Amino acid sequence: MPKDFEPSSGIGASSKRREDIRFLTGSGRYTDDINLRRQTHVFFLRSDVAHGRLSGVDTSAAADMPGVLKIFTGADFAEIGGMPCGWQITDKHGQPMQEPKHPVLAHEKVRHVGEPIAAVVAETLAQARDAAEAIVVDIDELPAVVNMKEAVKDDAPKVHDDLTSNLCYDWGFVEENKEAVNKAFDDAAHVTTLELVNNRLVANPMEPRVAIGEYDRSAGDYTLYTTSQNPHVIRLLMGAFVLGIPEHKLRVVAPDVGGGFGTKIFHYQEEAFCTFAAKAVGRPVKWTSSRSEAFMSDAHGRDHVTKIELALDAKNNFTALRTDTYANMGAYLSTFAPSVPTWLHGTLMAGNYKTPLIYVNVKAVFTNTVPVDAYRGAGRPEATYQLERLIDKAAHELKVDPIKLRRQNFVTEFPYATPVAVEYDTGDYNATMDKLEEIADHAGFEARRRESEAKGKLRGFGVNCYIEACGIAPSNLVGQLGARAGLYESATVRVNATGGLVVMTGSHSHGQGHETSFAQVVADMIGIDENMVEIVHGDTARTPMGMGTYGSRSLAVGGSAMVRATEKIIAKAKKIASHLLEASEGDIELKDGAFSVAGTDKSVAWGDVTLAAYVPHNYPLEEIEPGLEETAFYDPSNFTYPAGAYACEVELDPETGHVTVERFTAADDFGNVVNPMIVTGQVHGGLAQGIGQALLENCVYDEDGQLLSASYMDYAMPRASDLPFYDVDHSCQTPCTHNPLGVKGCGEAGAIGSPPAVVNAVLDAMRSGGKDIGHIDMPVSPARVWEAMHG
Amino acid sequence: MYEFEIERPSSVADAVKALGQEDAQPLSGGQTLIPTLKARLAMPSVLVSLTGIKELQGVEMRDGALWIGGGTTHATVMHDAAESYPALAKLAARIGDPAVRNRGTIGGSLANNDPSACYPAAALASGATIETDRREIAADDYFQGMFTTALEEGEIVTGVRFPIPQAAHYEKFIQPASRFPLVAAYVAQFSDGVRVAITGASNEGVFRWTEAEAALSERFDADALDGLTLDGGNMIGDLHGSGAYRAHLCGVMTRRAVQAIA
Repeated sequence: MPKDFEPSSGIGASSKRREDIRFLTGSGRYTDDINLRRQTHVFFLRSDVAHGRLSGVDTSAAADMPGVLKIFTGADFAEIGGMPCGWQITDKHGQPMQEPKHPVLAHEKVRHVGEPIAAVVAETLAQARDAAEAIVVDIDELPAVVNMKEAVKDDAPKVHDDLTSNLCYDWGFVEENKEAVNKAFDDAAHVTTLELVNNRLVANPMEPRVAIGEYDRSAGDYTLYTTSQNPHVIRLLMGAFVLGIPEHKLRVVAPDVGGGFGTKIFHYQEEAFCTFAAKAVGRPVKWTSSRSEAFMSDAHGRDHVTKIELALDAKNNFTALRTDTYANMGAYLSTFAPSVPTWLHGTLMAGNYKTPLIYVNVKAVFTNTVPVDAYRGAGRPEATYQLERLIDKAAHELKVDPIKLRRQNFVTEFPYATPVAVEYDTGDYNATMDKLEEIADHAGFEARRRESEAKGKLRGFGVNCYIEACGIAPSNLVGQLGARAGLYESATVRVNATGGLVVMTGSHSHGQGHETSFAQVVADMIGIDENMVEIVHGDTARTPMGMGTYGSRSLAVGGSAMVRATEKIIAKAKKIASHLLEASEGDIELKDGAFSVAGTDKSVAWGDVTLAAYVPHNYPLEEIEPGLEETAFYDPSNFTYPAGAYACEVELDPETGHVTVERFTAADDFGNVVNPMIVTGQVHGGLAQGIGQALLENCVYDEDGQLLSASYMDYAMPRASDLPFYDVDHSCQTPCTHNPLGVKGCGEAGAIGSPPAVVNAVLDAMRSGGKDIGHIDMPVSPARVWEAMHG
Repeated sequence: MYEFEIERPSSVADAVKALGQEDAQPLSGGQTLIPTLKARLAMPSVLVSLTGIKELQGVEMRDGALWIGGGTTHATVMHDAAESYPALAKLAARIGDPAVRNRGTIGGSLANNDPSACYPAAALASGATIETDRREIAADDYFQGMFTTALEEGEIVTGVRFPIPQAAHYEKFIQPASRFPLVAAYVAQFSDGVRVAITGASNEGVFRWTEAEAALSERFDADALDGLTLDGGNMIGDLHGSGAYRAHLCGVMTRRAVQAIA
């Protein structure tokens, strides 16, 4: 339950983000701020055609250019491993997905605009770039495949010659339920059908990707500095699968990272290249992505084309759901790409509803486009969008209130096992909907609509629910589902002699504020000031093997590891205290940073105990070791299930088609909340990205595979002026039942929960203007709205 | 960028001389040229910076018209023209963002003649005169199509003279990504008639909507535009809207500009 008042420190306090002092004063240390002695620079010559056979890459003239140290082509990597994929999907016939080779530099063929063909290492970036222009590349252009439904036709050009087709996998979930689902549709009183597109997005973190490789010849040690959300994952993937470097010879550092949003999870060619080239050249090699390169080399997000159907009985109960989705993989499998449209999407298709029968079909397709992988929400926004748009459409077809239809079908008893393989541990969807209706002032909407109409505008109200599976994830479960990695998290808590602590976490903060909120948790457990706790992350040489930050997992999984390690610290400290206080261990209580003997006034301060641990003069050396440092690895037993209800109110200008978001309200249940201010900020950021997807952002290729939205001149990012002041509430709290903090995760909710509310609101506005078009695809741009209104 | 030399003359005469060198190019605020250079899409041997030339700076009334030096930034126009020609000052205030407004210049904008730029609409609708180092050019003769003007090689826009209309308004509908006009209309009402210039819409760049001008000169009321349409056939069609949509927006923006004045 929420606390009645907000404490001034520890769990539940809105402690100010300590990391912001450096971020806001320009003293952060990002990867591009690192410059090594004798550093060289690499420029990647990238393909400007989407599909073609590489018949020749002549580097001879370029090699003689000033400052050039070495030029690499695909042939230099022919004997080296390609980029690995971290998740294998088994298709509906029980066969493994088709998994193409993914070279570090293009070899024999190019498969998307932006694919690196050659890499020039030179003294300066300008020299490398000059030389790259002197490389003569012969490409026999081939027809490109861009449209997914065209790509799976028998006569379509193949992206990969050695695969049987462009179909990566055809996944059925749950295949055994398919017939029962079809029968439920045959028996339905009403069926609502919707076809929609979940638009392709470019993540656009403020900091572009950077990689610096370094090789120490005397020790044989490699170091990679990189903009990553998970340095240990990069060390494992690159070391074991690409370059064959054992982990003890490879250090990966991800210092301050300026936003990730998923696209910095993956292992990229540039990282492997810089590490490899550092040894080959004998000097550090640095690459900093330009914004233009980011558009054509960072993994993109979303890009689903879906047909979804809902069956209802005569009383409007949901009886079955089935979906048919085409998911774009791009030209190669990015690190976790296959998992996104399957396990991160299909398992969420029940949403907040007790639909008893569900069948999800996903065809993953190769095309001549940039690889697509996880982007804030990853699979869950796609599931939420389909489902919540469909329910809204069903409500209007049946002429029932969309909120009432949702409430009628809510899951209300927990734990709840869905027909799509997950078990919701806890939740209260009516509570968040009640809260939403209250703070969105649903009752006052009609009056606001009349005000808009008096100005010649149309006003619409849209609502949706969402649920997500976060806290990724139980390792044994994801292993069965095809993950080639464990998904636990780690923490080492090191207590110093004078009582300060350093927590070395496997989670990685790239904007989330872990340095503040993690410190709050540990300080609260011991009862000391937050400033006595320092959080260290982002360096494989300093932190235990961890899996990093994505999927709203850091507090739920990484925080739990930290709690477990701190519990070990407290247990040992109590033993020391019991010795110092000459009392039995069972009588020792820890409160407000002091150990006391229950029922007495005898106590010893935290600092006295920690000092005794490192100056063990008066110490039970025969029973326990000196020192106070503990490590814990935490592997969750289930996902967490944050959920909530969102409402959007838009104003639509019928003359121009321009839509403005006038109000946006979010009622979330994140379980327990450690830092309400940071949680609010996370929701704000997520909403900006969700509203951005709904109204503005669109990554578009033409039929030849040329990227049309390749810069900010054509790719519309949301700006402050596009967004309203949000009303965000997270007072509805059903704590997670299976992690020690009772937390669920909040990082992705805003991006998952907001697009359907926006589109539902736009359609409501259009209906109020006499135009009922059933659906409009994102982004709901002025031109699309105008065409829909006048079409 | 490729390597280039840079010269910083302090007079127009010296600038013109410097521009006589082979592959020399003038650099004003650099809001188009610098990104072009960074993308290696241009390879000048010499850049001649105009920003240090005092005679290109200023906003002042001269013989009943508003004179703006070619090297004057949008931010300066925004402040210094606010009283003398408020519609123009408001236009300047909404170009780009503060960084753009503090670097970009009116001369640079007019010389580049981007089909989606703001200033060409103001110059054309106001019936401005473009002053160069060697002559004066009426706005009606100056704009000659997308990125094309009457300027000769090495010719510098030294200033612009704006006749001040009785009333004027610039109504802009932004392209959501670039924030350039998707379509914008500048309506200027003079004692002897109304001028309407449209930017953002046409493949030919900024143009005067003469039918709208005639109707509004007859009767200055938004209703006077009823029934008037433009052909979408020669309008820009791209990711952000079809030619037909842009043609439609021309009407909406013009109407709203008139309503803002009336």
